[in-house]
Order: sequence, then structure tokens, then C-alpha cells
Amino acid sequence: MQPIVENIPLLAQGIAYTVALTLLGYGLALVVGTALAVCRVSPVPPLRWAATVYVEIFRNIPLLSLLILIAFGLPDVGLRLPYFWCGVLGLTLSSAAFVCENVRSGINTVPVGHAEAARSIGLGFFGTLRHVVLPQAFRSMIQPLVNVFIGTVIGSALCSAIAVSEVTWVTQTLNIQYAQAVLMFLVAGAVYLGMSLGGAALGGMIERAVSPGGRGSGPSRSTGALDVTAGAQA
Amino acid sequence: MSAATAQVPSRATPRATSRGATQVLFDAPGPKGRRRILLLSVVSAVVILGVLAAGLWTFAENGELDPDKWVVYLRADYLAFLGHGLLGTLKVTAVAAVVAFPAGLLLALARMSRLSVLSRASTVWIEFFRGIPMLLVVYAFLLALPAYGVTFPRFWMLVIPMILVSAASTAEVFRAGIKAVDVGQHEAAAAIGLGRRHALVHVILPQAVRLVLPSLILALVTLLKDSTLGYVVSYNELQFQGKTMVSITRYLVQTYLVVSLIYIVINFLLTRVALALDARMKARASAG
Repeated sequence: MQPIVENIPLLAQGIAYTVALTLLGYGLALVVGTALAVCRVSPVPPLRWAATVYVEIFRNIPLLSLLILIAFGLPDVGLRLPYFWCGVLGLTLSSAAFVCENVRSGINTVPVGHAEAARSIGLGFFGTLRHVVLPQAFRSMIQPLVNVFIGTVIGSALCSAIAVSEVTWVTQTLNIQYAQAVLMFLVAGAVYLGMSLGGAALGGMIERAVSPGGRGSGPSRSTGALDVTAGAQA
Repeated sequence: MSAATAQVPSRATPRATSRGATQVLFDAPGPKGRRRILLLSVVSAVVILGVLAAGLWTFAENGELDPDKWVVYLRADYLAFLGHGLLGTLKVTAVAAVVAFPAGLLLALARMSRLSVLSRASTVWIEFFRGIPMLLVVYAFLLALPAYGVTFPRFWMLVIPMILVSAASTAEVFRAGIKAVDVGQHEAAAAIGLGRRHALVHVILPQAVRLVLPSLILALVTLLKDSTLGYVVSYNELQFQGKTMVSITRYLVQTYLVVSLIYIVINFLLTRVALALDARMKARASAG
């Protein structure tokens, strides 16, 4: 336990970085991803094409390759960002592609009649999306979006490869210093498992709150394992 | 009825549900709407092209567009160097998949087993390796185990973590696939006198494996992405080969862009195959 007690500030900083990377990356990805999804279903062809190209690039590039490009490549073209923000940028760009695809397939779960009904009472493209389709689609998007959150949590570990001193980096540094491997892995593992499980629990709560009748346990995250619409997040 | 809705098959046909609401979010535009869409198209096209041009401009400003830095990727020795890395990536991915997929199936069966000890142990195992980053497992093999005198060749320091993580996530894929096989199939197997094990091997699993095929292809994509951690363990796969190349040529942006492009193309094709397979299976299922 001694290595932990002696390095509480360092560990706390590492955990804070991991939490900040995840929350910032995921929060921004929700905004960017939803905007991309709106572009992908919009009647404006250039926006549709651009969003499609974006998704195909960023859901297929390995996160580590993306982070390396951002952290070490951007300075070469004259853009200097602190490594932490490189991490946030990489996580956002990557997760946004998966958010976009999940939002889009969520929109597809809303029965066609609802969109037709919304249009027939005179709502336009944004009105239909905002008042009728997205609120209903949101319900079926919660579990996939929880999976994107877990993907972001796990992805944040890769930021240690671009010298962000988040929890993986901190525990491995201490590991080399103290040779207390088991202890350090327990700490890091607990942080990641805690965040993943916490996110899943929160998602379940939101899902129960918005499901009609206020009950009905939502599908567990394993049942979505056969859904391939969004592609593979690493 | 407008042209846009006319394209959507009536809801009685099975395809209507798979097309979904995205098809009817807007009417077929009239003359005014068409003008507005045209205007928005032009504006957005200008903005998008502007952003791309600004990106290219910063590249050019910093001398990164210098043709000398790019044509080298057409030289045979450079291509061979990266090709060697790609070969390493494919080898790592293939070995990991060949071990991880059957292991995932076994883990799934263990989790669904009637023995509660076995079921609980495999549940904990699966959830643990799904919940932690693969980098942590890599570090365990790279930093922790050598401290206890256990060392592996670099190849296995990359492949074993890939197997551990991938087996756990494919276990959930197989479990979902087994659950997705129709209950009637279990009943039919029981009706012709098959025991639980025989029903599983001869009736359920062949159908489940078909169902999970698209998801397994995506698991392959994940493995390909995970193989980039060879960068951390210094195994000669594509990403690490790129790093070596950067340290020799100093063409950092160019090399990493080329490397990323190779990953994107391979993963794009694999994802396409998975989606097409999934769409075909869904169409067939809804056709009857």
C-alpha cells in the first residue's frame, strides 16, 4: 500500500486526467456526432457526402494512429496543442463517428408513419427531427451510446502513448519505480472498470426513466453484440 | 403523395422497416425548396472546400506538401519496408483471431453453462477483460511479468493481450448469437430426442455461427486496430514500422498519413463486407 499512500497526489491527478479526457471527449463527441447524423439524413447532398466520408475515415482509423497523427503530426504543420487537448481531440473525432452511426440507426428505428405524420401536420425537416423523431429515437440509442462511452473510457488509455499523464501512464510509471505491479494494475483496473460500470448503470437509469410506463428493464449491453450498424470501436 | 415518399415501399413490405424514418424526414422539395437546397448545397460545399483548402494551405506553408516528401512512397524499397510492417500486422491479427474466436466461443458456452461456478468465473473473466483497456494488458506483459522473471517474445507480448481482450468481447458476440437462435429450434431438437449437448452441437451452434458472422468480421476490424499497439511493444507491425521509418526519413506527417490510410482502407473494406452480410441476412430473415 505504501506506493499508493506516498503518491496519492500523482494518482489523483492521473485519475482526474482520465476522467477529464473521457468526459470531454465523449461530451464533445455527442455534440459533433449528432450534428453529423443530422447532416447524413439532411436533403443537402454536400453535407451528406461530407458526413459520410467523415464517418468512414474516423470509424476505420485505429485510435492510436489518429492520436499519433494529431499529437506528433500537427506540430509539423504549425499547429501546436498541449498533449492533453490532442487526446481530447482524438477521442472526440473518433467517438463522434460512432455516435453519428448510432444516432442514425436510432432514427431508423422510429416507425416511418411517425415521420410522415409529423410532416403532414406541417413540420419541416428540423421540426420533424426535433419534436418527433429524435425524442423517440433517443430511447433506442441509449444502450449503443453507453457502448460508445465505454469505448471512449477504454480509448482514453491510449493517450498515455502520447505522453498524457493519465491513470495508465501514472500507474505504469510507479510500477517501474516500485516494482509493485499487482497493486498498480488493481488501481488502474478499478478506475476503468468503475467508469465503465458507472456509465452503464447511468445509462440503464436514463433508459428506465425515459421508457414508456417508467419501467421495463432495457436490453443489457450484451444483446447489442450482434448489431453491426455502427462498425467496430476499439 | 410526393416523390420522396413514393420511393419508400409500403409499410406492409418487410423492407420498409429497415429503411426507417430517415427516408421521410423531408418532402420532395418544390421549386422554392429546391432553390433553398441548392443554395445550402453551394454554401456548404464552399465551406467544406474552404476547410480542406485551409488544411492544404497549412501543409504547404510548412513545406509538408513538397513532392519530394511524398513520391518516396512510390519507391520500391519504401513500399517493401511498409509492406513488411503490413505483413506483420496481418500475421498478428490472423494468429490472434484464430485463437481468440474459438476461445470466445468456449467462454460463451462456459458463461451459459449450468455449473454456476463455471458460469460465474467466466462471467467475471469476460467482464474484466471487456472493461479494461488492452494497453493495460500489454503493459502487464511488457513491464509487470518480466519483473517476476516471465518474459515473452515481442510477437506474443502483442498477440496474447489481443487474444485475451478479443476472446472476452467475442464471447459476448457468441452468447448473443446463441440466444438469437429461435426457441423453436431448441424444442425441435428436443422433440427428435437430442440431448442438450447434441442439440447445441448439431442444431444451435451451426445457426448461431452464421448469425454472428458479421459481428466476427467487425471483431477482426477491432483486432486490426488493436494490433497498432505493436507501436508500444516494438513489434514490427505497420504502425511501429511507420515509427521506424519516421526515425530514418524524418517525414513524420507523410509516413503516419500513409500508414493510417492503409488501416482505413482495410478496415473500410472489412466493415463494408460485414454490413453487406448483415443486410443480406436481415433481408432473408424478413423474407421468411
